Amino acid sequence: MSIDQHVLPGPEPVLNLPACHREEDEYEMVYHKPATMVDTAMHYCPGCAHSLVHKLIMEVVEEMDIQEQTVGVAPVGCSVFAYDYMDIDMQEAAHGRACAVATGIKRLMPDKYVFTYQGDGDLAAIGIAETLHAINRGENILIVFVNNAVYGMTSGQMAPTTLPGMHTTTSPDGRDVSYYGAPIKVSELMSNLPGSFYVTRQAVHNPNAVRRTKKALQNAFKYQQLHKGTCLVEIIGNCPSNWKMTPVEAAKFIDEEMVKTFPLGDIKVPNAEDLKIF
Amino acid sequence: MTEFKLMKGNEAMAEAAILAGCDAYFGYPITPQSEVLEYLAREMPKHNRIVMQAESEVASINMVYGAAGAGFRTMTSSSSPGISLMQEGISYIAGAELPCLIVNVNRAGPGLGTIQPGQGDYFQSTKGGGHGDYRMIVLAPASVQEMADFVYLGFDLAEKYRNPVLMLSDGAIGQMMEKVKFKPYTRPEVDKSGWATTGKPKTRKRNYITSLHILPEKMEEHNRHLEEKFKKIRENEVRFEEYNTADAEFLFVAYGLSARICQKAMDMARQKGIKIGLLRPITLYPYPYQRLNELASQVKLMLSVELNSGQMVEDVRLAVNGKVPVEFYGRMGGMMPTPEEIVHHLETLIQYHHVN
Amino acid sequence: MEQNNNSNPAGKERKVKGKVEIDIQRCKGCELCTTACKEHALTLSDTINIKGYRYILANNEVCTGCVNCALVCPDAVITVYRTHPKKKPVDITPTDIREQLQTIIVPAK
Repeated sequence: MSIDQHVLPGPEPVLNLPACHREEDEYEMVYHKPATMVDTAMHYCPGCAHSLVHKLIMEVVEEMDIQEQTVGVAPVGCSVFAYDYMDIDMQEAAHGRACAVATGIKRLMPDKYVFTYQGDGDLAAIGIAETLHAINRGENILIVFVNNAVYGMTSGQMAPTTLPGMHTTTSPDGRDVSYYGAPIKVSELMSNLPGSFYVTRQAVHNPNAVRRTKKALQNAFKYQQLHKGTCLVEIIGNCPSNWKMTPVEAAKFIDEEMVKTFPLGDIKVPNAEDLKIF
Repeated sequence: MTEFKLMKGNEAMAEAAILAGCDAYFGYPITPQSEVLEYLAREMPKHNRIVMQAESEVASINMVYGAAGAGFRTMTSSSSPGISLMQEGISYIAGAELPCLIVNVNRAGPGLGTIQPGQGDYFQSTKGGGHGDYRMIVLAPASVQEMADFVYLGFDLAEKYRNPVLMLSDGAIGQMMEKVKFKPYTRPEVDKSGWATTGKPKTRKRNYITSLHILPEKMEEHNRHLEEKFKKIRENEVRFEEYNTADAEFLFVAYGLSARICQKAMDMARQKGIKIGLLRPITLYPYPYQRLNELASQVKLMLSVELNSGQMVEDVRLAVNGKVPVEFYGRMGGMMPTPEEIVHHLETLIQYHHVN
Repeated sequence: MEQNNNSNPAGKERKVKGKVEIDIQRCKGCELCTTACKEHALTLSDTINIKGYRYILANNEVCTGCVNCALVCPDAVITVYRTHPKKKPVDITPTDIREQLQTIIVPAK
């Protein structure tokens, strides 16, 4: 063959060498750990909901690009070290007082995104007054409430949200409702206050639940711009260590038992009028 | 505001807070200091500042923590039972090294007590009150003028040392009306960007406010750092006032309201020929140990007069270290001693100790 | 064909492929991802990492890049990649021949 026969007809030369060319799958990254998380291992137990919820909050902060405008308030409990994992300015509050601390911050810096991160003892036992009054005042903050029905950090005592009959170190024969009362449904309770703007209860025990929780957190952060009241996102979490279960068993327990007392879903949503600007 | 005004102590303190540039006041009503909250509820909004009646003193002190942590100038006030509720928050504020001003308008106790003035919170104010190794700078005003002046001083000291400052007033000074002149004041610029939580820009690492140092090595290091700070405070911030001590053979030691009464008692005793002076500590922490020790070489007897069962007298004894007898005269429950009874007690003591 | 109980039993050419990278030193072996994976692509190792946890191993041959595992991972140790629907052409011509070809493929004037 002469050299001319390699030239193909047409205005432009086309490289047509199937032997020296292959098609490759083009991979794109579709999920990575958010850059707003500090690059360190987290101390939480294997399977703990806290690390998952930290990740979701930081994803929202990264996606909304509000790292510079966000201030968080950490509780006392297993997540007392939240400020070691979230790469934002944070304050460590005394046990139960996170909502009061957040009030101090938000009133002085109303344009910042302020959120508290609290467990069931912090928010519903020792801190119930501060929580209730912050919501009643309609503080424009987000309260992230991780409800795992026990006191985790102090090794598994009963919480205000412990299920009837649930065994904990201070209810060794199961929670006795006639002695201690029934578990408190914080979201329903607080949704009655006119200062609450968006109240929802979600979970993170399977991928779809995680997606819904992420959506709830995205909405809650967005709604802070409206200055119309408090957003409360209750997240049913697990505590594999103190429930004495594996993380997989704990996920099953949430599915079968926890959601009977704490049904998942939106409890109070803003009306369309309020959301018109979005 | 350069002319004299006739004002109640609590309200003078509130006005001074506004002039000092206080960004936020969080409080709860309690007798005898509810006027502070009421005055500020009326006046702060006119200056676009924050004033909030919180749901309790516990919430108030934690709101102060939040605002102080974000770098703002903030204060709260209460009276003895409410200050007891704030102790947890104060310990956290001291541990996290946040500047703020707390005012205690002392009333008689313990427990619910009464609404009349007392000085029974001396131990609580100077020896801790809350848990752990920390101190507060304690300023003790003895007049309405000082209640106003010490607000400026308190804020400045708090920001200088990143420590809470307590103004220990009482129910009489808070409620009485005297003339007061508000000195002109410019709020100093303080760089808080190294620690205040204002939102993390790309140019710095995240700031976080905490008093938790779980590793013992780190906790001890932090405690030592706080001790260094208190050492500097003791070296530089002692304040007191002396009256007639140049030729004194005897000495009253009293602060606040009891110092006012002792001034009259001192004049009466002098007329009777007793050469007595008065040392009035202005800072109860840091306490003027050194000056009292010096005076102990000069006088024959010291008498501590307080509205409690004997609290500051222990510090006088520490200062004097056995050089001279230190006696105590006190009334409690809101009862106030008259200058006459103090002088009478002084005379009895002088005879008893054979120090004529 | 090898029996595998994933969503593609006939073993047809998958349109969308995925792959995951696992930070095995941060993995705590909680197995929430193995339950979440519909392709059964994730298994627990028999060895341990420096923290003493058994960690997750991924079979990227059957991964579809659905992100379920990464969503439920509490420690965010999983990074997920997924193929773009288009394939991209990759030139694998050996370099010595490429230079020669450059001189040949020139439009004739």
